[in-house]
Amino acid sequence: MRSQMIRALLVSATIVGCAPAHANMAYVTNEKGNTVTIIDTTKLEAIKTFKVGQRPRGVALSKDGTQLFVCAGDDDIIQIFDTKTLEQVGSLSSGPDPELLVISPDGGTIYVSNENDNLVSMIDAKTRQTIGTIPVGVEPEGMAVSPDGKTIVNTSETTNMAHFIDPATKKIVANVLVDARPRFAEFKKDGSELWVSSEVGGTVSVIDPATHSVKTKIRFEIPGLAKEAIQPVGIRISRDGKTAFVALGPANRVAVVDAETKKVEKMLLVGQRVWQLAFTPDEKLLLTTNGVSNDVSVIDVAERKVVKSIPAGSFPWGVAIAPQ
Amino acid sequence: MSAEPAQGRKGFTLAQYLICMKGIVWREGLRFVHQRERFISALVRPLVWLFIFAAGFRQVLGISIIPPYDTYVLYEVYITPGLMAMIQLFNGMQSSLSMVYDREMGSMRTLLMSPAPRWFVLCSKLLAGAAVSVMQVYAYLLIAYFWEIEPPTKWGYVTVFPALVLVGLMLGALGMLLSSLIKQLENFAGVMNFVIFPMFFASSALYPLWRVQESSPLLYWVCQLNPFTHAVELIRFSFYEKFEPTSFLIVLGCTVVFLGGAILAYDPSRGLLMRKAGA
Repeated sequence: MRSQMIRALLVSATIVGCAPAHANMAYVTNEKGNTVTIIDTTKLEAIKTFKVGQRPRGVALSKDGTQLFVCAGDDDIIQIFDTKTLEQVGSLSSGPDPELLVISPDGGTIYVSNENDNLVSMIDAKTRQTIGTIPVGVEPEGMAVSPDGKTIVNTSETTNMAHFIDPATKKIVANVLVDARPRFAEFKKDGSELWVSSEVGGTVSVIDPATHSVKTKIRFEIPGLAKEAIQPVGIRISRDGKTAFVALGPANRVAVVDAETKKVEKMLLVGQRVWQLAFTPDEKLLLTTNGVSNDVSVIDVAERKVVKSIPAGSFPWGVAIAPQ
Repeated sequence: MSAEPAQGRKGFTLAQYLICMKGIVWREGLRFVHQRERFISALVRPLVWLFIFAAGFRQVLGISIIPPYDTYVLYEVYITPGLMAMIQLFNGMQSSLSMVYDREMGSMRTLLMSPAPRWFVLCSKLLAGAAVSVMQVYAYLLIAYFWEIEPPTKWGYVTVFPALVLVGLMLGALGMLLSSLIKQLENFAGVMNFVIFPMFFASSALYPLWRVQESSPLLYWVCQLNPFTHAVELIRFSFYEKFEPTSFLIVLGCTVVFLGGAILAYDPSRGLLMRKAGA
C-alpha cells in the first residue's frame, strides 16, 4: 500500500516535472469503419471518432498540423479536414483509389500513389491542383520523399520495384528491384539510406540512394511462426538514425532493428495484423495500427516495451501524429 | 479459549515472544537452507511449467487483453502469477507435511510444549513457512526476469510483496489445518492429490476464466469458488501494481478461517488433536 502511495507521488512528480506537456494527437484511419479515431498520446486514450470517406487508409498532416489529409480510396478522393473543427474543408482530386500520400519537406507538394492507375500524382498543396503525373510500375503503393525533397520514391506492389523519381523533371531516374510486394518506403533522416519493406518477400531492403543499389536485406524470424506470417509493412527510423521499427503484419510483432548494424534486436508483441507506425514528435512513443484486433498499441521507445493497447475503430490502417 | 494461553500471555514480555518466534523462523530457515534439494525442487517445478508446459501451450500471437494487462501478453507472462502461487501452494503443503513428520518424530511435542501460547507458536510457524515461500517466489522471479517476464515497472516487485505474504499465510494455514486432520505421513500423499491438483487446475492459474466459462459454466463457478483462483488474481494484479479488492477480501477471509481452524484443531483443550493422536 505504502509503496503504491510512494509510486503515485513519484508519478505525479514526473508529470509535474515535464509540465508543458503538449496534448499530442494521433489520427488513426479505420479502413472498414470509414472513420478516423483521435488518440490523445499523453493520456493514451481515444478521445474522439469522426466520419470520413470510404475506405480511409493513408493519412498525413500538414506541416503546421492544421490540416489532415485522408486518402478515401473507395471515394477516389483525398479529403482535407480542419484539425480544430474536424470539418471537411476541401478535397484533392487524386485519381482513382488513392492509398498513401506524403508531403514534401517544404510542405508545398503532395505526392499520392494511385493504385489502379499505375501513377504517382503530384498535387500543389496551395492551389490543390494536380501539377503532374508520373507513370510507375503496377499497383503503386509506398511513397517516400528524401529529406532534401529532391527525390521521391514509389514502390509498386506487382512490379516489385522501388522507383526513384526526380520531382523537377517528373521522370523516373532509377528502378531498384526488391523482394515481392513492396509496401512501404522510408528514408533515414540524413538521406543516406532508403528502407523498403516487402510484404510477401518478408524482408526489408536497405537501398543506397546515391548508387541506387540494395546494400543489405533485413530478414525476420519468430520462433514458432511460419515465414508466411511475417509480412513487413510499416517502417519508422528514429531521427538519430540509430533505431528502426518494422511492423510485421499478421506476426503481431514490431521488430526493433539496430539501424546501423541492421541487426534485429527485439520483437515486441502488439495487436493483430500490425500495419503502420508513427512516432510522437518527441520520439518517446511509437503507435502501431492493429487491423484485425481493432486497436492501437503504444510502444515506449526507450524501454522497448509495449505499454498499452487502445481500442480504435474497425480495421485501423494508417496513423499520423500532430507536430508539437 | 482455555485459561492456559491466557496465563501464558500474561507471563511473557514482547522480547520473549520474539525469542520464541525467532527460534521457530530460524529453524524453518535452517531446514530450508540445509535441504538444498527442497529449494531446487521448489524452483525447478515452476520452471518446468514455464519452459515446457508454456512452450507447448504457447500462443505465439499473444492472448487477448484482460485486466490487469494493458496490452497483449505471451502465455509465459500470463501463467507467471499462477506459477508464483503454485510455489506457495506446494510450500504451504510441504510445511504441513513437515508438521506431520514432526509429529511422528516427536519434535512436534517439543514445539507444542513451548510455554508460549499455542496460537502464537502456530502463527510463528506459519509466518516462517510464508517467509520461505516468498523467498522461493523471488528466486523464481529472478530467473523469469532473464526470460523477459517482468512487471511493467520495477515497482511491481515491491507491490507484489504484501500479496505474496498474504497468499503464503493463507496456503500455509490451509496446510496446517490439513495436517491436523492427517494421522500418518502415509495418508498425506492422497490428501495432497485431492488438494493440490484440484486447487491448481480449477483456477485461473493456467487459463483465463473467460475461456473456462466458454467451455463449462459449472467449472467456471468451481474456479470462482476456489480460493486459489483469488490468490492467483491477487498476485497477478499486485504484480501489475493494481489492487483487486474482491480477491484481497476472499484471501484474507480464507486465511482467517483456515488459521482459526488450525488453532482450534491443534488446541489440546478442544481435544481434536488428542482424539486423533489417541485414536
